[in-house]
Amino acid sequence: MSAAAAIPDALEAGPHEPPPAAAGGSLGRRWTPYLLLLPGLLWLGVFFLAPMVSLFSTSLQTGSPEQGYSLNPPRFANYTDVWGQYGEQFLRSFVYAGIATVAALAISYPLAYTIAFKAGRWRNILLVLVIAPFFTSFLIRTLAWKTILSDNGFVVGLMNTLHITDVLAFVGLTDGERVLATPLAVVTGLTYNFLPFMTLPLFASLERIDPRLIEAAHDLFASPFTAFRKVTWPLSLPGVVAGTLLTFIPAAGDYINQSLLGRVGDAMVGNVIDSKFLRVLDYPAAAALSFTLMVSIVVLVALYVRRAGTEELV
Amino acid sequence: MAGPAVGGDLRILGVTKRFVDFVAVDDLTLTVPKGSFFALLGPSGCGKTTTLRMVAGLEEPTEGSIFIGDEDITWAKPYRRPVNTVFQSYALFPHLDIFENVAFGLRRRGVKDVKPQVEDMLELVELGQYARRKPTQLSGGQQQRVAVARALINRPDVLLLDEPLGALDLKLRRQMQLELKRIQTEVGITFVHVTHDQEEAMTMADTIAVMNAGRIEQMGPPTELYENPRTTFVANFLGQSNLLTGRVTGRSGDDVLAEVEGRRVAFPTSRLHATGEAVHIGVRPEKIQISFADDTASFDGHNVVDGVILDASFIGVSMQYVVRLPWGQEVAVFAQNIRRDDRLVDGAAVHLHWDPAHTFALDASQDADAGAALVGEPAAEPAVG
Repeated sequence: MSAAAAIPDALEAGPHEPPPAAAGGSLGRRWTPYLLLLPGLLWLGVFFLAPMVSLFSTSLQTGSPEQGYSLNPPRFANYTDVWGQYGEQFLRSFVYAGIATVAALAISYPLAYTIAFKAGRWRNILLVLVIAPFFTSFLIRTLAWKTILSDNGFVVGLMNTLHITDVLAFVGLTDGERVLATPLAVVTGLTYNFLPFMTLPLFASLERIDPRLIEAAHDLFASPFTAFRKVTWPLSLPGVVAGTLLTFIPAAGDYINQSLLGRVGDAMVGNVIDSKFLRVLDYPAAAALSFTLMVSIVVLVALYVRRAGTEELV
Repeated sequence: MAGPAVGGDLRILGVTKRFVDFVAVDDLTLTVPKGSFFALLGPSGCGKTTTLRMVAGLEEPTEGSIFIGDEDITWAKPYRRPVNTVFQSYALFPHLDIFENVAFGLRRRGVKDVKPQVEDMLELVELGQYARRKPTQLSGGQQQRVAVARALINRPDVLLLDEPLGALDLKLRRQMQLELKRIQTEVGITFVHVTHDQEEAMTMADTIAVMNAGRIEQMGPPTELYENPRTTFVANFLGQSNLLTGRVTGRSGDDVLAEVEGRRVAFPTSRLHATGEAVHIGVRPEKIQISFADDTASFDGHNVVDGVILDASFIGVSMQYVVRLPWGQEVAVFAQNIRRDDRLVDGAAVHLHWDPAHTFALDASQDADAGAALVGEPAAEPAVG
């Protein structure tokens, strides 16, 4: 939130540089961009930088809930401890988030494509429908999946009749004839909850594509499939990158879906942090986990963006 | 796909394109000879772009068929036609550099070594050193040449150009007109050029088809269309015309005699394009000679009317006069700037006279101003123009 608040300020401040004629003018003008940046920077300092420092220092503390925690001496082994203990939960978070991201992309791309190119006058209505679930609380929406995926519900019944659950159980996504309290339920919840974050950036970048480029591709001997592969897809990559990041990052840190739809044994790292902070009151371990999660997401994102080469795109 | 053995004339046979609420192209039939530079000229909304898109395969005709040589391409997919297009907005692929833009068509057809061909083509349009730039890093004129190169490299049977110079400024447009004409002569491919700019069409094309409301008004070489228009629309849209209301009274040898407000005018039979008696007598402003009324001159066989100068303006290469005729009509006269007569000022009484051979007569049932207001309108045009 804090970073997002700062960026628009920076962007707007850029073009506000004084025109050359006024360069020798009042001193105030030269400081205008910095003044405009100030609220954002303050926000960033108070609500991002300070908590980060505090979190990092907490992650090095020692002690117990009863006697309190202190930073004297700083204990870096807190990190290796949690890595050794919760490596599995980390891995599971990234795998779940990864599957949910791919699933969301697979669902959103055709949806966004249809809204951008084929919807005609239905376009705005469809866009509203994409966002409509947001009018309900995150918690309610997730709880609704409990009903949808309940053991004696229609969906699971159908999946059992068609033996889909057998296949899914074989790859370890479901458990016997159940869907609720399995990895599949968690991934479904994650996919569903973050779908608009995938759809909207995809729509934005697809909608910007000039349809004449597709016509030009057809004119130059590209079949519809080739035209998609060589023109539409590369031009939509900025949306794909933005959408996958907006889905993957919150999904990797999410714990609501796992705690409502998952099984206790299959905790994600978010659940561990949640219980360490709020139930066990083991603040240093919780802080170390949070910090590790943040850094690993930043590293993954950096590698990903580098590979996707978005700077090459228009 | 393209080659000397295949290909041939582009033939459009009875093509109609109906959209939900209007007819864009109405029973159009025309033949574009192989290797010619053909222009479809008309105001926006006349159906010329729709015609082009149907030839490209981007639009399907409601009725009729389209042939290249003996091959019926009416229903062929756009990517299976020996036709390429230079789009109005160029439609260059922004994510590919110039080299890859130009190589796009070759790669889609599975050409292995595209490099020599692409380099030759970039040389032809003088963009060799820009091969690794992105389209947005090029000027409008350069982008336009990339668009031409990208289409031309595929050696299509027919190259379609959709207002390709519309986005360029006047000077660059002139330069590109000559450039395109040079390229066409060099490669010998059939060019079909859609434009609303009559000067552009006349500069480049061997044959012009003037379109209006989904139909062809007249088709022929530029000189013929200009000198001997058959409809008021062509007379006004292609250049400027003075149209006087008259009545055919008789014949004298090869000439037709007519009367305009009591004055006799004559013109060749081949220039009469009306069946009834009522006609618009037409003459181009630069064909009219203007002389001071008091001068006693013999107009040996010329058509003569008298009038009063309303406005005289000096343009440099010419003088342009607006002359009011006795019955109130105003006509335009362009006089080349050779011997300027200082007596020809506002309010001067003058004689206007011109050779009967420069006169034409059009059917009076048409609107005398048809097409006049459409000249010089901006290039921006809806997709179904």
